[in-house]
Amino acid sequence: MAVVTQLKTKPSVNSVSIRGLAQSYGALQILKQLDLDIPDGEFLVLLGPSGCGKSTLLNCIAGLLEPTHGQVFIKGKNVTWEEPKDRGIGMVFQSYALYPQMTVERNMSFGLRVAGMAKDEIEKRVGRAADILQLGPLLQRKPMQLSGGQRQRVAIGRALVRDVDVFLFDEPLSNLDAKLRAELRVEIKRLHQRLGNTMIYVTHDQIEAMTLADRIAVMKSGAIQQLDTPMTIYNRPINRYVAGFIGSPGMNFLKSEIEGAGAKAVLKFGPGKINLKDYTPVAPLMPKQVAFGVRPEHIRINAGAEAGLSDSFDAVVDIVEPMGSDSLVWLNVASQTMSARVESSEQYKPGEKVKIRFRVGLASLFDEATGDRL
Amino acid sequence: MSSQSLSIEPSGPKPRKWFEWERVLIYSFLIITALYWLFPLYIVIITSFKDLVTIRDGNIFMPQLHYPIVEVTTDAGTQMVQEHFYDPWVRAWLHVCTGLQCEGISPNFWKSVIITVPSVIISIAVAVTTGYALSNWPFKFSEAFFTVLIVGSFIPYQVMLYPMVLLTKNMGIYSTLYAVIFVHTVFGLPILTLLFRNYFQSLPAELFKAARVDGAGFWRILFQIFLPMSLPIMVVAIILQVTGIWNDFLFGVVFAGPQNYPMPVKLNNIFTSAQGVKEYNVEMAASILTGAVPLFIYFFSGKWFVRGIAAGAVKG
Ligand SMILES: Nc1ncnc2c1ncn2[C@@H]1O[C@H](COP(=O)(O)OP(=O)(O)OP(=O)(O)O)[C@@H](O)[C@H]1O
Ligand SMILES: [Mg+2]
Repeated sequence: MAVVTQLKTKPSVNSVSIRGLAQSYGALQILKQLDLDIPDGEFLVLLGPSGCGKSTLLNCIAGLLEPTHGQVFIKGKNVTWEEPKDRGIGMVFQSYALYPQMTVERNMSFGLRVAGMAKDEIEKRVGRAADILQLGPLLQRKPMQLSGGQRQRVAIGRALVRDVDVFLFDEPLSNLDAKLRAELRVEIKRLHQRLGNTMIYVTHDQIEAMTLADRIAVMKSGAIQQLDTPMTIYNRPINRYVAGFIGSPGMNFLKSEIEGAGAKAVLKFGPGKINLKDYTPVAPLMPKQVAFGVRPEHIRINAGAEAGLSDSFDAVVDIVEPMGSDSLVWLNVASQTMSARVESSEQYKPGEKVKIRFRVGLASLFDEATGDRL
Repeated sequence: MSSQSLSIEPSGPKPRKWFEWERVLIYSFLIITALYWLFPLYIVIITSFKDLVTIRDGNIFMPQLHYPIVEVTTDAGTQMVQEHFYDPWVRAWLHVCTGLQCEGISPNFWKSVIITVPSVIISIAVAVTTGYALSNWPFKFSEAFFTVLIVGSFIPYQVMLYPMVLLTKNMGIYSTLYAVIFVHTVFGLPILTLLFRNYFQSLPAELFKAARVDGAGFWRILFQIFLPMSLPIMVVAIILQVTGIWNDFLFGVVFAGPQNYPMPVKLNNIFTSAQGVKEYNVEMAASILTGAVPLFIYFFSGKWFVRGIAAGAVKG
């Protein structure tokens, strides 16, 4: 543990660096000129929709795919031409990819045996990994005799025994049911806290991304859209795509218009106006068509005037979705649909007329034409 | 009455009508098909156990039940000999003549074994490796190479026969066992490579990647990861090759040379070189003996066919 904290406080050398990485299959370009620096000990999540090139990027880092262009550095060393085994990486796959004819123990020790490690050292390492992952009683079983969660733990164990600098996870939890996924998510987070290794974790589940990541890289068709901490990505998404991808239920985008420029700018929305003095713009605002992005929890229903809230707007309740801890209320406002998250103690009926206010300081404004944050 | 039958609450297995037209049709079709195939086999089997007198005088459909003591005249004199039901089989195996040779079909059985075993082993060993390489270690022209292979597996053997004769003559092995083994191995390769490539392609790609990350190389992945998972396809390949090579006539007659004829060639010679009375019983016995190996393979390998060895490697 002492070693771990030492490494964590010395982030000068990047654990993984990617320079101008490009990958294409024939004429089809998957990754375009990608640059990425991951400091030592960071938990980086690659988040993006299916087919955006997350696995491709991970395979390039692992050395399982030859990039068409660019370089990969691990621990400051150029490993672009190195074999996967020489890169100091361990990888965990979506389909677990356990060797079916080997026991759990032999699955975990395979890499060590290939490397020709001494028997007692292998035993020690497998024992330690089995302890961490609670696999002790399962060591002599075949993968076929394990549940999905246990299989995934073995797959993690296989990377663990090799004492690597960097862990690569390719959607390790997506084959599991929701409950198991939540459990293993916590286990992976605990593992990261305990080991302090660099971890690169691919997922298209934004909850996993939010809960696990030190930083999230949101990807779209082979390019990183935004790379930042989960809270920044959640609160200040760089464009409409990122905003829509993060958060469940998703952000509301309301068609509106900026009137006036700079400090005098106000937002014309439906019949009324929204004061923008609480909003922190990227650059001074100019009059133009915008999408007013506001998350469901930043809309208040039937609230009195208070600091940080906009003027009120008339709305009609369309549908109510109770979710236990809170409820999602779908509203029609100025002939646009949006959702608001309320305490489940607040009850609304379809057709009911209500007043809503926006928490402007936490909202986002996106250029209607380009989708960029204003 | 009708109101009562309506009031039965459905529970458990749904009651079936004992008579359904579809079933009758299916079963009669199956039975007729089975008979169509089994009947000739029945005739062959019972004929192989008859003596020539019974074959000539008896009913072709009836088996012979009594084996008499007959008078046999040889150079040494006349003897009374008890006939046995297995006499034609012994004769087929050890004594039946083709031309001047009267050693039965057994020497050719061993020739067939000597041809089949190495051909099967070598062709499968090579095909496993090439199939694996094509599937998992793509090289610059692997796709083109694969296309050539597919085309190759559709070319009729007869087209290649003469070039192969020239080739083996130049190699100095024509008319030896080496030539037949060589030819069987070469001609088995396209289809076997195709078979193994497609099988390895169907294995989860992540398994291969995991092994690479673990540091395993070309041969180790093949031997320690892929081969143990290949039992089902291996059985298919073995069945395909053993039966194909064992039943082969063409290559045997062309490449082996008369001293090395495999069983089917010898069988044909037994049929055609009969002098005097045609010994149907011995010919039938020789036929069954020749077909016994493929039959045996079919019977005992069936259960390995469908085993999903890869189960548990991926989500389950
Ligand atoms: N061998 C290949 N040949 C051609 N195209 C490929 C190949 N492998 C992947 N692709 C394409 O590359 C793109 C990116 O694939 P990749 O597997 O990286 O996506 P991903 O982001 O991991 O998606 P998912 O979340 O579904 O796993 C996809 O459009 C895919 O069709
Ligand atoms: Mg993927």
